[in-house]
Amino acid sequence: MSATPVLALRGISKRFGAVQALTDVTLEIHPGEVVALVGDNGAGKSTLVKTISGVHPVDDGAIEWEGEAVRIAKPHDAQELGVATVYQDLALCDNLDVVANLFLGNETRTAGVLDEIAMEKRAKELLDTLSIRIPSVRIPVAALSGGQRQVVAIARALIGDPKIVILDEPTAALGVEQTAQVLDLVERLRERGLGVILISHNMADVQAVADRVAVLRLGRNNGVFPVEGTSHEEIIAAITGASDNAVTRRKARTDQVKKEAGA
Amino acid sequence: MSDLKKEPVAEKEPVAEAATEVTEAAEVTEATEAVETAGATETAPAAVDPRLLVREQGLAGYLNDFKRRVRGGELGSLPVIIGLIVIAIVFQLKNSSFLSADSLANIGVYTSGLGIMAVGIVFVLLLGEIDLSVGSVAGVGAAVWAVLSVTHGVNDNLALLIAIAVGIAIGALHGFFFAKIGVPAFVVTLAGFLGWSGLQIWMMGKEGSINTPSGSLVESLTGYYFEDKAAAYGLALVAVLAYAGSLLLDTKRRKAAALPARPLSEILLRTGVVAVISFAVAYVLNEPAGARGLPLALVLFLAVLVIADFVVRRTTYGRQIFAVGGNAEAARRAGINVNRIRISVFAISGMLAAFGGLFIASLSGGATKNLGSGNTLMNVIAAAVIGGTSLFGGRGKIWSALLGMLVIQSIQQGLNLLGMASEIQYMITGAVLLAAVVIDSVSRRTQKTAGRT
Repeated sequence: MSATPVLALRGISKRFGAVQALTDVTLEIHPGEVVALVGDNGAGKSTLVKTISGVHPVDDGAIEWEGEAVRIAKPHDAQELGVATVYQDLALCDNLDVVANLFLGNETRTAGVLDEIAMEKRAKELLDTLSIRIPSVRIPVAALSGGQRQVVAIARALIGDPKIVILDEPTAALGVEQTAQVLDLVERLRERGLGVILISHNMADVQAVADRVAVLRLGRNNGVFPVEGTSHEEIIAAITGASDNAVTRRKARTDQVKKEAGA
Repeated sequence: MSDLKKEPVAEKEPVAEAATEVTEAAEVTEATEAVETAGATETAPAAVDPRLLVREQGLAGYLNDFKRRVRGGELGSLPVIIGLIVIAIVFQLKNSSFLSADSLANIGVYTSGLGIMAVGIVFVLLLGEIDLSVGSVAGVGAAVWAVLSVTHGVNDNLALLIAIAVGIAIGALHGFFFAKIGVPAFVVTLAGFLGWSGLQIWMMGKEGSINTPSGSLVESLTGYYFEDKAAAYGLALVAVLAYAGSLLLDTKRRKAAALPARPLSEILLRTGVVAVISFAVAYVLNEPAGARGLPLALVLFLAVLVIADFVVRRTTYGRQIFAVGGNAEAARRAGINVNRIRISVFAISGMLAAFGGLFIASLSGGATKNLGSGNTLMNVIAAAVIGGTSLFGGRGKIWSALLGMLVIQSIQQGLNLLGMASEIQYMITGAVLLAAVVIDSVSRRTQKTAGRT
């Protein structure tokens, strides 16, 4: 893991009208690292992802890319930097075929003309390496099943050789085998030295592939845990805020006192 | 196998036999497995997913694929082509001069102006929007040209370019209000429809009409014919060669990339159909008595069609139009500048409307107060829809402008030949439009049940 994070968010805030969706959120992603972003519904996970991918510009705070301050005002900025996002509501065009969707916004051209053959070839290779099976790369996405659309959406994120891939609940709509495939895929991304932000409600998935778990609660950071050495319950407690009450605070204090006494 | 080796020596022979049997059996299983896995890569998805589109090689595969598409509701241009054939047969039986050179050249020339406007409408329909102002913009284009060229003595070519530029500017203005301000395109262009026809009447002044000066560029738009027979045949030959060449090149590159390619028989069939159509048209334009040769209007219309089709299918810009028409939010997230696409598409519609307006002025002998009013707008939109472009965005072909306009103009020409009154023409065109939309809706429902949209 290199010392400079590829992406660092510092003190990010975002408001929608009267709702403070994010308050002073900090997050760092290093190359070759899978960071799981967890939190209850409405904790601000999707909003945070959308600020990184340029869908919602931040109101406040700094974004650093490989140590340099950048501004991400629109989706194109994020793409230029090398952020690829797979959204929860799959951002695919139903009327376009699989190849067109994979390369949308990033088309291969020769002399200004779409190179359909190069794109189709690359699409097939990519889908093969991810062992994704779809009926044909030339049928409209509307004709695919939900799981097939999900894998197409994930494959789409990898077309532009990104440095960071954001997966917003990639396994939520998938069956057992497809989930395993997606998790394999996440590990392959890490091996290739990409930073991965994985949003998930599924703790089993998180513990299977993530290196660190960043917890958001009510739009604020609520701890970053290494996956190794952190129990399921501790993460759940951080998500729900169950650990943050008078009893636990008292326990923490008394533990501290005991430790000092022991030492 | 290790178990077998432990058998007593006395039973060596049977064991050896058994062993060979086992090995053979193993080989057979391996072979079958290999066949199965090889088959699996090709056919397994078919078993999993009945919607699989695997085209078998050869012409039979092509026919099967075609049948499956038709059954699945992907009719494409089939209803329009059948409709055109029916129209031709019916009118030819009623009046033998319908398929005469003169009549067909008329259809060609009258198709051009409105057809060019219909191409603009196809662009807008691909976005899932509508442009109600094309008739008025055509009128303004013609008026700008006439006032500049005739009244103010501006150079003819310059006046023509300014007229087209005004069309672009008007379209871009519509696009701006739609994309940036968020006014529904229906309302923006409805306001444009009223406003620009007002501007047109104001510009035309008291006389109300300005005749096309003889020898001007606009007069020759629909008045000029390439009388040399080589022109029509040469164009047909170029079209066929270019078509066959592009198919062959595509197939060669696909084979080199190990992708499924069109079989040679399909290429020959397609090229044959294109060749028959183009040379038949060229023959009718050149040979029979009264034939005047290849009309310039048709050449210009075909040029617009080819360029527009190339832009829509082969460029990033065209891909982005489809994407915005299919799912604007997905397009935005893919980094496409949705506003730029919307504004530019309306500008294209305005440009082609103004260009088409000059054709109409050329046909009617000059710019008038009410050029482009009446049923121009409805005919243009009807042509795009009859041709098979969806009203809901993201699906359609540029060539639908040609097919739809041919249907409308053939009906009008046929009814004119039969001496029918224009009210009957309106009713029949209305019925055809309704039939086209009914076919579209029914086929879309079939497509839904077949898992396609």
